Amino acid sequence: MANDLILRVITKWLSPIIILFALYVQFHGDYSPGGGFQAGVIFSSAILLYALTYGLDAALQLIPEMALRIGASLGVLIYGGVGVASMILGGNFLNYSVLASTPIAGQHIGIIVIELGVGLTVASVMVLLFFTFARRVAPE
Amino acid sequence: MSLAVNLLLLVFLLVMALAVLKTRHLFAMAMLFGLYSLLVAGLFVVLDAPDVAFTEAAVGTGISTVLMLVTLASTKSGHELVSSEKSRAAPLIICVVMGALLIYGTHDLAELGDASSAPHQEVAARYIEKGQEETGVPNLVTAVLASYRGFDTLGEVTVVLTAGIGVLMLLGNRKKLRVKELANGK
Amino acid sequence: MMDFVLGHINYWLIVAVMMVGLYTLMSRSNLIKKLAGLAIFQTAVILFYVSLGKVTGGTVPIMDEKYTLYSNPLPQVLMLTAIVVGVATTALGFALVIRIKEAYDSVEESEINKMDEQD
Repeated sequence: MANDLILRVITKWLSPIIILFALYVQFHGDYSPGGGFQAGVIFSSAILLYALTYGLDAALQLIPEMALRIGASLGVLIYGGVGVASMILGGNFLNYSVLASTPIAGQHIGIIVIELGVGLTVASVMVLLFFTFARRVAPE
Repeated sequence: MSLAVNLLLLVFLLVMALAVLKTRHLFAMAMLFGLYSLLVAGLFVVLDAPDVAFTEAAVGTGISTVLMLVTLASTKSGHELVSSEKSRAAPLIICVVMGALLIYGTHDLAELGDASSAPHQEVAARYIEKGQEETGVPNLVTAVLASYRGFDTLGEVTVVLTAGIGVLMLLGNRKKLRVKELANGK
Repeated sequence: MMDFVLGHINYWLIVAVMMVGLYTLMSRSNLIKKLAGLAIFQTAVILFYVSLGKVTGGTVPIMDEKYTLYSNPLPQVLMLTAIVVGVATTALGFALVIRIKEAYDSVEESEINKMDEQD
């Protein structure tokens, strides 16, 4: 597949658009269908497309595997961190109402931040799964 | 109208599931599985669940199918063997009996789309009534996912991370361990 | 009677798809095909769950002043997370298949059983 001109050109144009759409789904998820889980899988499908067309090495240059491992853990940490932050501010675990001056603003901030954590973990884990599997295919 | 589209897609879905069952060529099976997921995503749109449809379209048609293809490539198995010794009668009887029992169980369920049925009365009605007011988020799926059921989602994200760690532990090291050779060499 | 059939036929079809998945899982010897059957079974269960949340004439559960009737958001939330968790666990299954292939040099259950019996 590495020499197929049509695939290479289309992938080059399509991957950034898919990533842009993933970011839209992530940050506009409060008002339109979307959220962290959806954005995470859409983002990872863009990276998968890139890796399938340009090869695993090119994709690894784009995103090093260490960054993915850190990203996967960081997402859960952000999620749990919001819960702890709301406990420190005097609420219950994961009660976002205390995060800002009014409960609704607090809820909104909490939802956006935890969706970010979810998106980070899901995207990182999905790409990491693919990289781990794909490395087994390479002839040794 | 929506019921007709629903039924049409479901019949296609059944055909696709049977095709996955029948085909011996495993690469063809992976592609058919991708089509199956795409049909399910279409059904989710008909069932008013665009959030779920998004996820299924990206996960089922994209990631699952690619993972299946990568597994096929790394196990180098293109065709399924025809195994004659294994009896197919017992699984068939179990599936037919279980399917019949499940269909018998659905006679108690409310009809599709019945607004007065029990699932729509209690907590769901509360979410629809107060959800936007309490969280400031118009998309109720996001509101319930992130706010009302935050603990649930935290658990799910942890499961995704744990599965990722599990795959890394199984496939991460490059040294291949052959159980049979080790056992024979003892 | 006709109303009953029209109101329930989609549940029956979903159960049929579910059973095809279960039959693939139980009757086939190839481990990758078994996992595909398991994924079909899982997707059918998710579909059944989401179909319980549909309300006739309702719309997508995103609040807007123009609509008053919405479908039930709760099944959608639960199944949304289940799909993502499902693919992660299926990937774990595929990883196990790859390790089995390395250890036994086969992905057919019948051959693996035979090898185990020889020892």
